[in-house]
Amino acid sequence: MTTLTKPGPNPSGPAPAAPMVQVRGLHKSFGRLEVLRGVDLDVPVGSVTVVLGPSGSGKSTLLRAINHLEKLDRGHVAIDGELIGYRRSGDRLYELREREVLRQRTGIGFVFQNFNLFPHLTVLENLVEAPVAALRRPKAEARAAALALLERVGLADKAAAYPRQLSGGQQQRVAIARALALEPKVLLFDEPTSALDPELVGEVLDVIKDLARSGTTMIVVTHEIGFAREVADTVVFMDGGVVVEQGPPAEVLDRPRHERTRAFLAKVL
Amino acid sequence: MTVSTEAPPAPSRPAAALDLDALAGLRTVPARHPWRWAAGIAALVVLAQFAHGLATNPGWDWATFRLYFTADTILRAIGRTLELTAYGTVLGFLLGTAVAAMRLSRSAILRSIAWAYVWVFRSIPLIVQLVFWFNLSYLYKRFGIGIPFGPTFGDVETVGVLGALGAAVLGLGLHQAAFAAEIIRGGIIAVDSGQREAAAALGIPRWRQGWRIVLPQAMRGILPAAANEVISLLKGTSVVYVMAIGELFYQAQVIYGRTGRVVPLLMVATVWYVLLTTALSIGQYYVERHFARGAERTPPPTPWQRLRALARSLPARTRPAAAHTSGGQS
Repeated sequence: MTTLTKPGPNPSGPAPAAPMVQVRGLHKSFGRLEVLRGVDLDVPVGSVTVVLGPSGSGKSTLLRAINHLEKLDRGHVAIDGELIGYRRSGDRLYELREREVLRQRTGIGFVFQNFNLFPHLTVLENLVEAPVAALRRPKAEARAAALALLERVGLADKAAAYPRQLSGGQQQRVAIARALALEPKVLLFDEPTSALDPELVGEVLDVIKDLARSGTTMIVVTHEIGFAREVADTVVFMDGGVVVEQGPPAEVLDRPRHERTRAFLAKVL
Repeated sequence: MTVSTEAPPAPSRPAAALDLDALAGLRTVPARHPWRWAAGIAALVVLAQFAHGLATNPGWDWATFRLYFTADTILRAIGRTLELTAYGTVLGFLLGTAVAAMRLSRSAILRSIAWAYVWVFRSIPLIVQLVFWFNLSYLYKRFGIGIPFGPTFGDVETVGVLGALGAAVLGLGLHQAAFAAEIIRGGIIAVDSGQREAAAALGIPRWRQGWRIVLPQAMRGILPAAANEVISLLKGTSVVYVMAIGELFYQAQVIYGRTGRVVPLLMVATVWYVLLTTALSIGQYYVERHFARGAERTPPPTPWQRLRALARSLPARTRPAAAHTSGGQS
């Protein structure tokens, strides 16, 4: 896990380091429906990128493509300089076997809209499962790390509870802790607050903000404009399977250059 | 619309409020249900008549029933029945799990083979299959291990490997596997696909995704149907009487063939089947409870816990109304 103190991406500064996430020319169709039509994206180390856009614009598919839950028709993704899903040898790309893709995914945390906690395992077991099964950490070590993470998301007292005994906000905080347990290089959030009651949204956003301050590289798909304004280094607006515009929140949210961005913001603000 | 604070009394409703405080000391009389009682008593009378008939009709011949109920031959036959059930269940569900996994596999070849297996073994009546396996030595005299279409390393006579019991277990197991496979597959596809996706996103190895994440959740759907299968297998073992294996039903037949007392011996078999099924049903309850963990906010109490809770609440119920408000967990 990167422990850099947050440098704050500086668009006008000197040559930036290699981006944590590189996305080039992504295309994806479901049947005849083209969901992604050539998406490019660079996410600098330690930065927070918020992806906005109307439903059906391809935001979720983009996230799922980044950790290879969705196979791509064209285009490539690299995390920390490592090609995801393929291996290059000479002038050929070989598709990786599932085992290797699974190993790559341990470096990419994913938080789902509807949590997808394992309901038959306790909160602690949910957190310990992947470090033990995927990274072969010793159980005692994984438990200690899990308890520390629960402390961090404010749920240390819920270690023995089952997910269904928790509120939606608590479940999502557990899901975030579960993703962090693998110490990923980058965290992907797929509308983390969309399934929550309005009064529970704040507690989840607070956890994400705390992660942002500690320098975790994140891509967040959300509809929370206020959150984007406060936390994002870069706001990306997507529509119709392409990135319409991107830039600092002050630009994209307050002085959008494109008509489609303006129309979308007028509806959600 | 503006609402005046001095609302004029609505003409269609009574002006005076009901004084609910005055009701506080009154006794509540429960509603009476005379017809419910009459129907209940009528049903009890019919039941009592039936019980009376059971006890007094000499045709049931309870003395013979008592004589054979715990006879050695019957107890041994029960052992055989349980043995057949156990082997059939283990073979059926192990093979069934493999076939279900094949049907859900990404390999088209495995999927097709598994589909064909289920198709064939669901189509053949159990009794036909049993007789068929029993006569396998007619088809294959010797049974060997070697390379397909190539040399054989060693072989034995089919009759020696596959006695009557072996043929019965094989028949029951293969038959059971086809049904078990479909039940297991049904349970697996009912688990939310987000579970497998979350496991994949966490990099959990594929076999562990199935074994640790999906199967335990699928068990909730599998278990009731699986228990049905085990129970019908227990009773289905009575079909192997055609192969002259000394299980419960066959043994009962042997005895009444000798003594001519058909009804009491059928009752011996019946009561034993009911007892064994009861034991399985109790086991089912506890296994289901185990796999229900996490499924509900508060796990349902065991019958034993329920009984104790009832015992605790009884003194409270006989006391007057005030006791009810103090209810709750201790």
